[in-house]
Parts: sequence; C-alpha cells; structure tokens
Amino acid sequence: MEGPSEYWGTNGVSNRERAGLLLSAGANSGRRRVVVTGMGIVGPLGLGVENVWSRLIAGESGIGKITQFDPSDLPAHVAGEVPEGPTAEGKLTLSEWVPVKDQRKMDRFIHMGLVAATEAVEDSGWKPQTEEDKCRTGVMIGSGIGGLQTIYDASITVHEGRARRLSPFFIPSALINLVSGHVSIKYGFQGPNHSVVTACATGVHAIGDAARIIMFGDADVMVAGGAEATVCPLGIAGFCSARALSTGFNDNPQAASRPWDKDRDGFVMGEGAGVVVLEEYEHAKARGAKIYGEIIGYGMSGDAYHITAPAEGHYGAYRAMRAALQSAGLTPADINYVNAHGTSTMADDLELEAVERLFGDDASKLAMSSTKSATGHLLGAAGAVEAIFSILAIRDNVAPPTLNLDSPSRESVIDRVAHTAQQRQIDVALSNSFGFGGTNASLIVRGV
Amino acid sequence: MSEIADKVKKIVVEHLGVEESKVTPEASFIDDLGADSLDTVELVMAFEEAFNVEIPEDAAEKITTVKDAIDYIEKQKAA
Repeated sequence: MEGPSEYWGTNGVSNRERAGLLLSAGANSGRRRVVVTGMGIVGPLGLGVENVWSRLIAGESGIGKITQFDPSDLPAHVAGEVPEGPTAEGKLTLSEWVPVKDQRKMDRFIHMGLVAATEAVEDSGWKPQTEEDKCRTGVMIGSGIGGLQTIYDASITVHEGRARRLSPFFIPSALINLVSGHVSIKYGFQGPNHSVVTACATGVHAIGDAARIIMFGDADVMVAGGAEATVCPLGIAGFCSARALSTGFNDNPQAASRPWDKDRDGFVMGEGAGVVVLEEYEHAKARGAKIYGEIIGYGMSGDAYHITAPAEGHYGAYRAMRAALQSAGLTPADINYVNAHGTSTMADDLELEAVERLFGDDASKLAMSSTKSATGHLLGAAGAVEAIFSILAIRDNVAPPTLNLDSPSRESVIDRVAHTAQQRQIDVALSNSFGFGGTNASLIVRGV
Repeated sequence: MSEIADKVKKIVVEHLGVEESKVTPEASFIDDLGADSLDTVELVMAFEEAFNVEIPEDAAEKITTVKDAIDYIEKQKAA
C-alpha cells in the first residue's frame, strides 16, 4: 500500500511537511501545558515505578511459565505475570491494595488498575479537599479487553443452567470503564470519568486524550492509563488462535519476547497496569508538585487496511508519529529516543521501516528500543507503562534495552539498544502503540 | 443458636467482610453491616445456594436483617 508521494520521500519529512510542522508549532503556543506529577506501575517486572525501572535497566526479564492456569493443552506456555509476594520485595500483596471483601466484585484487570492508580495518586500528593478541586479532577483509565476471566466464569454458570445464580457483580466486574469508576469512588474525583478501548493502543490513547481534556479546560488533573489481565485460558487461547503468540520458547521463557530478532515468533502476553497523574502545569507549580515531564505531542491514525495486520510500510504508524510531531511543533531531529511498539511479531520491521522513513537522515542519531522484550505485551496497559518508561528515560538519560535482539531480521542505522541499557542524552522521547483494528497512537514527552 | 442461624451468620461474615460480633439478629444488612443493594442480592443468592431453597424476589425484598433471613429459611425448611 502506498501513501501520497510527499509522505514517502526517502529523506524522511518533506519540505512541505516541515513547513506544516513549523506552522502548527505557532498555533499550539498558547495552549494549557500538561505535566506528569505522579506515576504507578504493576506488571511482570513487579510493583512500583522505581523497582520496575531499575530491573528494566538492569536487563532483567519478567517473563516466565504461566502459573495462573494449566496451559498444557495450548501452544503457548509463557507469559509475563505479576509476581506475588511482599511489597518490600517489589511484589504484589493484593489485600494491601484492594480489601479482600471487594476483590471478588472486580475482575483482575480492575485490581491491576487500582494498584497502579493508587501508587500514582499517592506519588502525586494530590489530595483535593474542596468540592471544586474534586470536580476538576477526572479519571481516564482504559483496558484493551476488560474482564475476560470474569466473563468466562459467568458463561459457565449460565451454561450449567444456573443463570439465576449469576453474581450481581458480574457486569460491573467485567466492564472496562469500571477501573475509572472505582478510582473515582476511592478518591472522590468527580471530574470527567472516561475510558478508552482501543486494543493495544489503549494506554497511549488514554494519556493523550486525558491530556487534551486538561488542555481544553474540562479538568485540571486527570488520572490516566491502562490496565489488563488476560493471562487466562480465553486470553491465551484466543491470541494463540490468531497465531499472535510466541510458541517456540516454552522451555526458555525469557528468550520468548525478542523484538526485531530473526527468530521471533509472536508476542508474549503480559499483565498489569500503568497509570499517570496528568496535571495542568500552573496548577502543579502552584502546589509545589514534583514534575516528571511534560506531554507535548500526541498523534493518532487509522490504517483502514486489515483487522490484525498493519499495511506494508506501516503508513498508519508513520502518520501517527508525524501527527504527534506536528502537535508538539517538533521535527524528527528533536527526538532522541523512541519506545517502539515492537511486540516481537512480523510487524516489528514495518514499524522500523516507518520510523526510518520519518526520521530520514536523523535516524542514525536515534535510539529505539522495545521494552516488551522484558515485560511482554501488556495490551491495553502497554502504552501507559511505556509512556512512563519514556519519561524515566529522559529523567535518567538512559535508553532501556531490547532483550534477546541477537540477530536482527532487518539491518538499520537506528540503534535498537540490544541487550544492555545505554547512557545517552535524552531530552525528548516518542512512544508508539498500535492496536488491532488498525489503530495507531504516538505520544511525545520531554523533561521540564 | 440453631444450625441455620450459625450458617447464616457465617455467610454474612464471609460476604460482607464484617466482624462476627457485629452480626447480631437485629443487625440490618444495609444500615449496620455496610451492604449495598447489590450485596444484598448476592447474599440472598448465597442463602439459596447454601440451604437449597428458593427465595422469590418479593420475599427477598423483605429480608433486611439477619433475623429476617434466619426466620425465612427456618420456615421454608420446616414446610
């Protein structure tokens, strides 16, 4: 599939586009600025942003054999599961985050969202006291799939002729927007309460859209991100059936997620959540909040091509990244690090190609890695977790590694940070997420 | 206390996550034990399952305290 020729110049961004980028920079100069003042992660690398980040930088992997159910009758046996154990060890003890009596009223993806949201909100120190402040604080946490295991269990109850025994909590346990609902109830946040469902692009869309809610003036603070928990029979079987999961590394789980490597054979399912607290810049400054970074660009596109496969050349990814640059008023030369969607599937090389085309001569200066090599693919949570990694890459001037990239299937001038993290100057980072249905989103962040 | 009363109490403690001492016969599920309307629906289902009885909706609506539940189930079991 070919796009209009001016988009496909071999030198990256055309002169006409550069003119467009400069124009939009002027147009955006008067808007409300949105910064990140709190972050939370629970995922295969454990609990807590600093813990997860230090393990990621150390080149550790969160992938292992599936323990939540017996996968032996399925082709894929590996996943990135949230490690259970003491909080002090960076592991999850759910009862410390969600009261035991409430746990069975929520699917596991809601548990994950609540854990990450709690960490992010506590981290931000934002505790609105007045009615006005509470009404200016909203929530936008999405999920790619929602309560899959809950739906599975409920289906069995109905199938067994026990429909009248179906729990009254079945529907609110499975509904995707109930993470946002529970977070708002827990903290009394009465502003916009919204949710995103765009498969594996959910996390980026949630943060990008929430940032726009603040820019547009509908709220001053938004708790935004994604949550997922589909390491369950339906989740694994469904993606296996779509030939999307890695099946060739069941005996060597930590080698299974290998973005861009010639031996990659599918993605590895991960579970967990990533949540950030977004805040209008002056609001954050006025209360003396710690500021991690700023959301400066957001771009979206649709492939209009195929339900699961990106088009040749990944024109949709290219347009999402270009739109993000436009909204940031930047050119490719300004980007130092790209956190790739890079799922460890055939599509990795298409994204690489799109990045090369967009960056042109600037590609050789770029670092791009896929942190899914360590975490697996957290579907609707991936974009939020990776946005946090992008912010930390800027804070610490470190590009996290792409594990298992032993032998790339496609050579590139772009440094893909194979095996070990790299210390390098990172001022601005771009994070990509693409989802089934042909939905693409890119986010650009910088330090403040 | 009867076997039925013991079992009712146990189910209430389990489902509402409350201390056993609070589950007195007079305790109201909603006013005293922190239940909401969905909790009470689930509670009635749990009684039906545990005692193998049918509790129709109009009867379920009248079961608002621990004693109401015990009385209803004892009556059904005696019939």
